[in-house]
Amino acid sequence: MQDIDIKSIPRVEEITALHGAFAGTPVKDAETFNERMHSKNRVVASIEEAIRLSGLRDGMTVSFHHHFRNGDFIVNMVLDEIARLGIKNLTLAASSLTDIHEPLIGHIKNGVVTHIETSGLRGKLAEAISRGLMDFPVVFRSHGGRAAAIESGEVHIDVAFLGAPSCDPYGNANGYNRDEENSTSCGSLGYAKLDALMADKTVVITDHLVRFPNAPFGIPESNVDYVVKVDCIGDPKGIMSGATRYTKNPKELLIAKTTADVIEASGYFYDGFSMQMGSGGASLATARFLREKMIASNYRARFALGGITGQIVEMHEEGLIDKILDVQSFDLIAANSLKNNRFHQQIDASYYASYRNRGAAVNQLDFVVLSALEIDTDFNVNVLTGSDGVIRGAIGGHPDTAAGASLAVVVAPLTRGRIPSIVRRVNTIVTPGSVVDVVVTDQGVAVNPARPDVKEKLEAAGIPVTSIEKLRERCERIVGIPEPIKYKDRIVGISMYRDNTVIDLIRQIDEG
Amino acid sequence: MQIVTKGVAGTMESSDISVRIEPREGEGITLTLTSAVMQQFGKQIEAVIRGTLASLGVTSAVVDAVDKGALDCTVEARVKTAAYRAAKCEAYVWENRK
Repeated sequence: MQDIDIKSIPRVEEITALHGAFAGTPVKDAETFNERMHSKNRVVASIEEAIRLSGLRDGMTVSFHHHFRNGDFIVNMVLDEIARLGIKNLTLAASSLTDIHEPLIGHIKNGVVTHIETSGLRGKLAEAISRGLMDFPVVFRSHGGRAAAIESGEVHIDVAFLGAPSCDPYGNANGYNRDEENSTSCGSLGYAKLDALMADKTVVITDHLVRFPNAPFGIPESNVDYVVKVDCIGDPKGIMSGATRYTKNPKELLIAKTTADVIEASGYFYDGFSMQMGSGGASLATARFLREKMIASNYRARFALGGITGQIVEMHEEGLIDKILDVQSFDLIAANSLKNNRFHQQIDASYYASYRNRGAAVNQLDFVVLSALEIDTDFNVNVLTGSDGVIRGAIGGHPDTAAGASLAVVVAPLTRGRIPSIVRRVNTIVTPGSVVDVVVTDQGVAVNPARPDVKEKLEAAGIPVTSIEKLRERCERIVGIPEPIKYKDRIVGISMYRDNTVIDLIRQIDEG
Repeated sequence: MQIVTKGVAGTMESSDISVRIEPREGEGITLTLTSAVMQQFGKQIEAVIRGTLASLGVTSAVVDAVDKGALDCTVEARVKTAAYRAAKCEAYVWENRK
């Protein structure tokens, strides 16, 4: 081999990534691929070891995804280990938290977790926080707002702990398993994908370690540092139901039918339209009524976004929806479709909804149908706090899709029991009225005065339109006027709009 | 109307109220109310219960009500029915409103 004089190269100091003269290669690895997969990989023995290797220290930020919903074992499992190791003052940046995360109360009390960022809270944990459990207010962000904050580096994830139903020894992870039939499925890993990409260290925790390459993958190995195999990542029954049940509630069916009529008349129902159906009985049922209209008009949808359920999959499989963009699969039918249907595409949270992402899919929506706990006479929507002021919901993609879609339809029964849905002022603003176009209840349709074009089209189609004030009056005639909820001064939660500006504050409830 | 025994009406279903009325020693209404919407409508529900009893001429009773978000009309109906049963009275006067 000839001697190379590096200095003889003209302007060598300006050539980047030049590491001197070739000095030979290390001894070649002659193991079989199969041996190598077992001897040299990213698998570590335990969660404890992964935590140690990740360099997690006091005051850092850990992240989790909520694709396992109420069947999630990962958050509790990892925080128990972190607590055992004596690490404290952590920021818990979860894509969302729910009932099963009640043990967090203990970790908050003993100082392991001092800050929480999430889309929502439910159950005992939510109640405890509403009663003032934490010194620092919980920061509630939409899925798009969270993605934007992570992308910009403002929410810096030190270590992401991401559960996955399948993973190979190098970290290629997915929400389903193509190697074994009996493993748990969660479908899309949309919220985990961005965390894996942006975290300084990413730990994938799986109960099904499969052979390399676990393709197709939701999370590529290039975004993963450590892989841990555990016995069980979650309870399949809590992770997802077999099929999202189709509502039989006549009120919800009436709302769904009216909503489909509204969409048909709105000008956004045409051959090649795009849509998203939010979770909740009435919004999901709307898909079924739209399906009939699509068949009757010989229309197809170019894509459906979401939050995907079996109803959307059925329409895709019968040729009514060309493509599915899936950030989160809501039922097993959706998860199996992601696995088996080529044009059912897994997308990450930024692709879905980040305001910093010009191409975000929410911006391509013709219409979205969204549920609400409360809607006020300024069309502001609350999906986060209950009528008693206690946190019991999640922002999800509500403001992202409402802002992105050309037509945002918010659906709710006029009353739920004695709880009014249309009020003078919502307890907590999650989605501002300026991005809500139509409100559909079982007892009337109201159009935002900012959209006279839509009102005109609905009236031309013979759909009776009333005002939001009239709906509010009707509500009060039925249930009476509720006494205002008593709050203390202390702020326990911050409701962030999708651009990460503060849109409302959640205060400690006063039960005195 | 004289309360002579225990009378129960209503269910624990959503949007209903379960009302139990029993005899009380001495005058007055002792009311125990629990409600899913206590904070927002507790006072209103109590006023309807007491008003309905007054309209029936019940002045002595122990009332236990478990509300699951019933509307005023439902509260009134359940209280009346429980009171008639507790008074062992079948001469119903449904339309005799306060």
